[in-house]
Amino acid sequence: MNSGEQDARKTMSSQAPLTLPKRHYLNADYGVRSWLLTTDHKRIAVLYLVSVTAMFFLGGAYAVIIRLNLLEPTGSLVTAETYNKLFTAHGVLMVFFFMIPAIPAVLGNFLLPLMLGARDLAFPRINLLSWYVYVVGAAFTMYAVVAGGLDTGWTFYTPYSTAFSNTNVIAAGVGIFITGFSSILTGLNFIVTIHTMRAPGLTWFRLPLFVWAHYATSLIQILGTPVVAITILLVAMERAFHFGFFDPARGGDPILFQHLFWFYSHPAVYIMILPAMGVISELVTCFSRKKVFGYGFIAISSLAIAGLSFMVWAHHMFVTGLSVYAAMIFSALSFLVAIPSAIKVFNWVATLYRGSISWQTPMLYAFGFIGLFTIGGLTGLFLATLGLDVHVTDTYFIVAHFHYIMVGGTIMGYLGGLHYWWPKITGRLYPEWWARVSAVVVFIGFNLTFFPQFILGYLGMPRRYHVYPPEFQVLNVMSSAGASILGVGYLIPMVYLAWSMRYGKVAPSNPFQSTGLEWRTTSPPPTENFAETPIIDEEVYDYASPPKEARSV
Amino acid sequence: MPTGFPLFPEQASTLASEVDGLYLYLVAVTFVFSVGIAAVLVYFAIRYRRRSESYRPEEIHGSLLLEVVWSVIPLGLCVVMFVWGAQVFFHMNRPPDDAMTVTVVGKRWMWKVQHPTGQREINELHVPVGKPVKIMLTSEDVIHSFFIPAFRMKKDAIPGRYNVVWFEPTKAGTYHLFCAEYCGTEHSKMIGRVVVLEPDAYQMWLAGGPVPVSPAAAGERLFTERNCATCHRADSGARGPVLGGIFGKRIALQNGETVMADEAYIRESILSPAARIVAGYQPIMPPYQGQLTEEQLLQLIAYIQSLSPPPAGTAPASPTPSPGAAQ
Repeated sequence: MNSGEQDARKTMSSQAPLTLPKRHYLNADYGVRSWLLTTDHKRIAVLYLVSVTAMFFLGGAYAVIIRLNLLEPTGSLVTAETYNKLFTAHGVLMVFFFMIPAIPAVLGNFLLPLMLGARDLAFPRINLLSWYVYVVGAAFTMYAVVAGGLDTGWTFYTPYSTAFSNTNVIAAGVGIFITGFSSILTGLNFIVTIHTMRAPGLTWFRLPLFVWAHYATSLIQILGTPVVAITILLVAMERAFHFGFFDPARGGDPILFQHLFWFYSHPAVYIMILPAMGVISELVTCFSRKKVFGYGFIAISSLAIAGLSFMVWAHHMFVTGLSVYAAMIFSALSFLVAIPSAIKVFNWVATLYRGSISWQTPMLYAFGFIGLFTIGGLTGLFLATLGLDVHVTDTYFIVAHFHYIMVGGTIMGYLGGLHYWWPKITGRLYPEWWARVSAVVVFIGFNLTFFPQFILGYLGMPRRYHVYPPEFQVLNVMSSAGASILGVGYLIPMVYLAWSMRYGKVAPSNPFQSTGLEWRTTSPPPTENFAETPIIDEEVYDYASPPKEARSV
Repeated sequence: MPTGFPLFPEQASTLASEVDGLYLYLVAVTFVFSVGIAAVLVYFAIRYRRRSESYRPEEIHGSLLLEVVWSVIPLGLCVVMFVWGAQVFFHMNRPPDDAMTVTVVGKRWMWKVQHPTGQREINELHVPVGKPVKIMLTSEDVIHSFFIPAFRMKKDAIPGRYNVVWFEPTKAGTYHLFCAEYCGTEHSKMIGRVVVLEPDAYQMWLAGGPVPVSPAAAGERLFTERNCATCHRADSGARGPVLGGIFGKRIALQNGETVMADEAYIRESILSPAARIVAGYQPIMPPYQGQLTEEQLLQLIAYIQSLSPPPAGTAPASPTPSPGAAQ
């Protein structure tokens, strides 16, 4: 540390108004070209942030029309045909273009090199390529959705998708196929980076849990995504050239499709939730100012979840006539996933014990995540239980369950993380009061939207119904009312985060006094992340020692 | 059917209370854990809220004992769920021997039902109280799912396959019948009703309407019309295997394996006879793929099922259906 930096620190601590660092990754270069041809992981993260946010609001707009339509049992707002295209578009956009890339491609991209003390990811140009691949895939899918639409549901079940649907199955499939490669490239990049680019002294068990979670996620991405790519290819070949893979009229087996599809798409659920768990581990420990409880157990449980995720796919298929013995094995394996998930929840709660707990916005999201993920996880047990799954599968119970995991879990984690690292990304603070209000609004809106759907599901209301028997109306109206609150809850952050980029208070390099390596550089960081490679000589989450401040620039 | 604002579905089959018992156990576990975790979380969040910016809490690394405890307790609760759930599932998948068989064919967007006595219905299913009913399920086009919430019963109707479910209604009344697997534009209108009648009323219902032809009788007529009887005569020495008494038996195949002569095998032997040839016969039967409707196939199966074994002495060494089957 030279004397100039010493002075800078003194100025900061003597309450002088903060200013942004002179040089950082955002002002390193200007113009559209500097963004579109960048290989800086932080800028690529921002590109992803813009694209996934667009997809999120588009997918959300579809959900708004769906919920409006379900206000009345006769579904009088849109036709059945339109309705089917709406829920398909909602599912496809949210799953493939928002949930899967959201945390890894935005927060992961931005933070992994910073957390590892590296200058960038291992393959910066492949990183940029992954964004272009994503955009091209999204463009294909958008074309399919706009030009006539797609009505297969995001699950593409055969033989409906290959022989009966008159909509743009192939175009949408090609879009998802392409986007899959973006996911594979990101996963590959992360794995190589974590293996080879850790700073001196940063051993595996000094890695932040966010990194562990992304490591496990990346494994699933590179092992699982090729399977869905092949499956989509088979669907396209059957549709275009009449191969008989899945259509029984051509000697195929429609159930084979489900095995292939869920072999990827169940692990894909963990691609969506594991990174959020990584975020929550960071938030809980930082806002308790206390080392995370059971670090090793949380780290290894991520890998356990990734491993088990490949062995439970047939629990989506208990009513297809699967052999009862096969069903028993898949049921037992599905229960095993509960254990590493429970370990995480208990350890997060235990971390709070005797901590110094701040109620700042990211922590509110973390609290929300823990509550909603617990309900989402426990209701997952209903689906692993053979005799019970038969009644609730393909009903609104399933819809409620996976929205508790995906929306209550992943989106809560994503928003929590986005607020926590916002000062690092933009160099500005978000407005705390508005942020807390929106966190509470999201929590209330979410529960009002999705809790009634558990009851609807047990009553027997099937999913993907454009019209429904009148006795289900009250619960559907509650759900739609909740959705409107939830929508407001998502719009508020959109507004104040955009506002804060220009008008927010300038952030110090470490506003939350976190121990993480990413907080030891300026906010926003310089293009090269650290002036000199940091050397790690202390344990992870060392909150008992006094905080360290920015050393670089 | 319920009206107003129900929060819990009606129980109208013997399985319903079994499933609900399981459900309530899981609801209780969910309630205890989610409320417990939330309560502890809120308590810690308030009790240990940040009072001083300079305060640095003491480091606690973790506890192996706690990790073991909070792994083993959920595991134990899960083992109970698994075993209990598997028992109920086995029960669901083992129709009683005395169940009457009703065939159901899903077609976009309707349910076509035929009773063992021949009555046909569309989007309605009349059944008596207190008698087990076995549903033989298939589809003409895409995958559908036959779902009766009041019976807690659901099974996919899959083209090219037969799936079986059963239920025993316990309460007269009218209940929803839904298609639960998305099947295209009018998926949400592929609904119907199950009418459970007292035994007397059911007999009256059976007696009403035109005199029906039972599936087996219809199958017999098809068997003659399509010239199946030319090869599958009731004596040995014919070009095709004798079909009497083979249903539900194991059959020796040309390739040395054996196969259970069930609905799926008979269906396959009619549609693609060369797939699995019975030992001692030639693959001379033409395939009937595309020439029979799902209902006709079910009728032929019902007919073959109704045939009695040929008199002693005339039976071939291995009872047999197939390759020659149907021509």
